[in-house]
Amino acid sequence: MDTKLRSILPDHELIRLYEQMVLCREFEEACAEQYTKGNITGFLHLYSGQEAVAAGATHALHGDDYVISAYREHPQAIVRGADPRRVMAELFGKATGICKGKGGSMHLFDPNLHFMGGYAIVGGQFPIATGLAFAARYRREERIVACFFGDGAVNQGTFHEGLNWARLWELPVLYVCENNFYGIGTEVHRSSALADIHKRTCGYDIPSERVDGMDVMAVYQAVKHAAEWVREHSRPYLIEAITYRFRGHSMSDPGKYRASAEVELWKERDPIPNFAKRLLGEGIAGQPLLDKVRETAAAQVAEAVKFAEESPWPDDDEVFNDVYV
Amino acid sequence: MPEMTYRDALNLALKEEMRRDPMVVTWGEDVALYEGSFKVTRGLLAEFGEKRVLDTPISENTIVGVAVGAAMAGLRPVAELMTVNFALLAMDQIINHMSKIRYMFAGQTHLPMVIRAPGGGGSQLGAQHSQSLETFFMHAPGIHVAVPATPADAKGLLKAAIRDENPVMFLEHELLYNSKGEVPEDPEFVIPFGKCDVKREGKDVTIVAYSRMTVLALQAASELEKEGISCEVVDLRTLSPLDADTFVVSAAKTGRAVVVEECWRTCGLGAEIASRIYENCFDKLLAPVERVSGLNVPMPYSRKLEKLCIPQVGTIVAAVKKVMNEKY
Repeated sequence: MDTKLRSILPDHELIRLYEQMVLCREFEEACAEQYTKGNITGFLHLYSGQEAVAAGATHALHGDDYVISAYREHPQAIVRGADPRRVMAELFGKATGICKGKGGSMHLFDPNLHFMGGYAIVGGQFPIATGLAFAARYRREERIVACFFGDGAVNQGTFHEGLNWARLWELPVLYVCENNFYGIGTEVHRSSALADIHKRTCGYDIPSERVDGMDVMAVYQAVKHAAEWVREHSRPYLIEAITYRFRGHSMSDPGKYRASAEVELWKERDPIPNFAKRLLGEGIAGQPLLDKVRETAAAQVAEAVKFAEESPWPDDDEVFNDVYV
Repeated sequence: MPEMTYRDALNLALKEEMRRDPMVVTWGEDVALYEGSFKVTRGLLAEFGEKRVLDTPISENTIVGVAVGAAMAGLRPVAELMTVNFALLAMDQIINHMSKIRYMFAGQTHLPMVIRAPGGGGSQLGAQHSQSLETFFMHAPGIHVAVPATPADAKGLLKAAIRDENPVMFLEHELLYNSKGEVPEDPEFVIPFGKCDVKREGKDVTIVAYSRMTVLALQAASELEKEGISCEVVDLRTLSPLDADTFVVSAAKTGRAVVVEECWRTCGLGAEIASRIYENCFDKLLAPVERVSGLNVPMPYSRKLEKLCIPQVGTIVAAVKKVMNEKY
C-alpha cells in the first residue's frame, strides 16, 4: 500500500485533519484549566491522546451518517461540526450551550449534524445505534450509523445484544471501539477474557479489524473502507482502534494505576506531532503553517471560553421545559 | 357498537394505526410469526409484512433501545415486552435513556414510541411473572403511563399512545384480555391522556382505581349499593399524566376515599394518590383515606396464598365499610 499522505487525500483535507486534531487538543486542555478554576464542574472526561480516532473516523463518514458516542465525546461533536463556543458553554452550564446547559459534558447532541448524542451509561448507545440503523434502512436512506465506544463497554450485555441484532436484521452499523486499554483503572486484560476486542465479533459473523488509533491516516483509511462496506452490504462491521488517553479517566482520576513510563511511551506516539512530522516530511505543510494552525486553534478555544464565561445562565423556568413534548 | 374483547380492541387499535401511518412499526419477542404470547398482534404479520412486524431476539433492553433509536430517527415504534416483568431487564433503556433523552438534549429530539407490556397477578405464575410494576414507571418524569381497564379504553388509549409524541409505557392486564365490552368502531376514537374517567357516580365514597382494579371496584360498588352505600368509581386511565383534579373533586364531594392498587403497598401509587387528596381537600374529608393494596411479599404460587396478595372485591367492600364507619 502506498503510504504517502498525498496518495490518500488532497493537501487541504490533510491540513484539515491536522487542524481538527489540534483544535480538539486545545479544547480539551482548556477544559482542564476551566475545571481547575471551577467554571466546569461535575464529571469531565478528556479525550487528549485519542484525537486521531475522532478526526480520522469522522472524516471518512458522510455528512448525513448518524454518529453516536459515549461520554468522552467533546472532540467527536467538534469534528462533526459542533461550534466549540456552544460546546464550551454547555460545559459551563450556560443557556447558550449546545443543549441549553441541561446536558453537560457527557450529553452533547446536535440533530442538524446527525450527532445523536453522548451517553453516560456504559454501553447505553448500542441499542439506540441499532434503532437508528433500523430507521435508516426502513426509510430507504443511504446513511449508516457510526457507533463509538470504549474498551470498557464490550463487557456490557448491550454490546452483545447489539452485535447479534444488527447482524440478524442486517443493519448498517459501523462499530468503532476506542481501545485505550483502561476502563477507569481496570486494564482491558483484567476485564476481558479475550482482550483482542476485534476478535469478539466472530461469534456474530461480523467482520472486524484492528487499526493503529494513534495514526489519523490509518484510522481514516480503515473507516473509509469499512463505512463503504457497511453502506454497500447493509451489514455491521467493527473497527478496534488502539489508542491511549494521556489524562486520567476523568479529572478526579490521578491515574496511579498506570506507570509514568507507560504514559511517556505512549506520548511519544502522540498523534498530533507525529502527523505534523509527516506533513512536514512530505512537504505538505511548512512549520509556519503548522504554527499558525495551533495559534488559530488556541484563539478559537480562547474565544469559546470567553463566550461561555459571558453567556447567561439558563432561566429558572427552563427547568421544567422539555420533560414532555 | 360492537362488543369485543380487550385483546381484540388492542389488536384493532394496532391495525388501525398501522394502516393510518406507515411510520408505525412493531416488534418484540414472538409478536410476528407466533402472533404474540397473548395474541394481541394476531394478523399483523399477514397484513403488514415482515418489514413492519418483526420478531426479535430475547434481548429486552435492546428491544426498548431499538425503539428509542428508531423513534429519534422518525419512526413510531410500538415495542412489545412479553410481560412487564421483563421490563426490569430493560430499565436501563427505559429510565436512563427513554425517559430523559428529550430533556438532557434540551428538546432537540423527541421519542414517539410505545412500550406495550402485559402484567399483573392472579394466574398462579409465581413470583417472577406476577408483578405489578406501574409505580416504577410512574415515578420517572419523561414517560407517560397508560393503564386501561376496559376494551373501549384499551383501544382509545392505545391509539392515543401511538399518536403521542412522548414515550409511553402501555400496561395491559393479563386477566383482562378476555374481558368483553362495547368498543367504538370510529377509527378516530382516541381517548386523551391525563383525564380520569368516572365510571360510576356515587355520593358516599370515592373509589380510585385503575386497570383490573377498576373492574373489581365496580363489582364492589354494585355489592355495596345493595347495602345502601353509594360509591363513585374514578378510573385513572393514565398514571402519568395523573389527573388529580378529578379524583380530588370526587373525594371532596363524597368526603371519603379508598384507593385500590395491585402493586405493593410501600411507596405504591396509592400513597401518592392519598397524598394528593390530603394536600388538596383535607378539610372536606370525613375519614382518613384507605388503601387497598397488593401485599408486601413476592407473589406466592399456591392459589390460596396468591389470593391473599391481590386486592379482591371483598377487600374493597371491607375497606369502603371501614371508611364509612370512621370519623375524625
